[in-house]
Amino acid sequence: MDLELMINSLPKLLNAAVITLKLLSVSLLIGLFIGLFFAILRLNKNIFVNRFAYGYSYVFRGTPLLVQIFIIYFGLGQIEYLRSTVLWVILKEPYWCAIIAFALNTGAYTSEILRSAFQTIKQGIIEAGKSLGISSKIIFYKIQIPIAIRQSLPAYGNEIILMMKGTSLASTVTIMDLTGVAKYIISTTFKPIEVFIVAGGIYLFMTFIIHNVIKFLEKKYSF
Amino acid sequence: MELLAFGDNGWGDELFRATLMTIAVSITAMIIGFLFALIFTPLKLSKNKFLNFIANSYTTIIRGVPELLVIYLFFFGGTGAVMFVASIFGYNEYIEINAFITGAFAIGIISGAYSTEVFRGAIQSIDKGQFEAANVLGLNKFGKFFKIILPQTLRLAIPNLSNVWQITLKDTSLISVTGLVEIMRQSYIAAGSTRDPLFFYSFAAVLYLLLTFVSMKLINRLEVKYSRGY
Repeated sequence: MDLELMINSLPKLLNAAVITLKLLSVSLLIGLFIGLFFAILRLNKNIFVNRFAYGYSYVFRGTPLLVQIFIIYFGLGQIEYLRSTVLWVILKEPYWCAIIAFALNTGAYTSEILRSAFQTIKQGIIEAGKSLGISSKIIFYKIQIPIAIRQSLPAYGNEIILMMKGTSLASTVTIMDLTGVAKYIISTTFKPIEVFIVAGGIYLFMTFIIHNVIKFLEKKYSF
Repeated sequence: MELLAFGDNGWGDELFRATLMTIAVSITAMIIGFLFALIFTPLKLSKNKFLNFIANSYTTIIRGVPELLVIYLFFFGGTGAVMFVASIFGYNEYIEINAFITGAFAIGIISGAYSTEVFRGAIQSIDKGQFEAANVLGLNKFGKFFKIILPQTLRLAIPNLSNVWQITLKDTSLISVTGLVEIMRQSYIAAGSTRDPLFFYSFAAVLYLLLTFVSMKLINRLEVKYSRGY
């Protein structure tokens, strides 16, 4: 056990953890909007809209995240037309490619979580809103969404942790996140166990924090 | 379509073999995972605090640390660990471990942590009366477990195990970093040599979708089989 290496690598890994957290928070934020959008499409009665939203979530949940990143990072750059548009400014950066892939991926899972939350809302609550003369738009924004968010908190907490682990794949497209730096240190020192303990410890610590924040929110918004 | 031709001109046969490799690794990993679950589920349900602690550490660490990091640990650390054990028995030559074994083992340990949680949940949700009834019937420990508890556990566990299978199947794509030629690695090679990454990675996505789709259909049949009588 090489304690010195563990202590020396800690600051480097902590710096890299900041990048991991940045990737995580930005993609979760975008993914939440994508998820909400597709969850609403899933509730739509139009079969084409419905199928489209289902297809999106099926494809992104049925393929590995690694494939999604590679398609976006290596694949989209191949299209000549894209290179000439403004989008290229974003797509040539591995950082943004990773975020797009993560956001689309977590969006698919989030849409499923929110959809099932919307569907479990008791009809009586919506009827109560209607009988009070509240417009259906207000019912949706002020009654259905808050209840759905509360309902989906436990499942969404799991999704956040899964996504945090997913951000490790950013290291495959040259981003030096926590896993990227850990791999670099392992391959230069050949001390995998020591580095794994430090890097894994940081990941576990982040998992622990997320877990407890979600637990706190669950308690706060329970009824 | 020419790119997918079988033979020397296309990548069809290579990708087909790679798909078989993905299936082989996934199944091996799933079985290794079951073996781990077989060890750790009893530990989780045990009344002994120390055994509980060991099993909880296993599932918490594996489920809280990225799969890729675990794979790197095995990839870089596996050889060292095996050589260390071999050196105890007096063997000091360099040993190279097969990428298949390292990969299947790494994914298996991850899959085992999820399976353990699934089995724990399933066993815990079996009515206490079932255990008592088995006792009353005078069944011995094995009879009780294999004839009474296991069939009921399987029925409850299959839907969740199918999720574990999906996770395992998708996780095998990560083994490509160790050089094992499965779908992802083969697509990477093909994309590199034809300079057509969009096509090959999209095709890889289709292959994975196909695998998840077919396995879902098969698992649904299993689910029906084990729900007989309900």
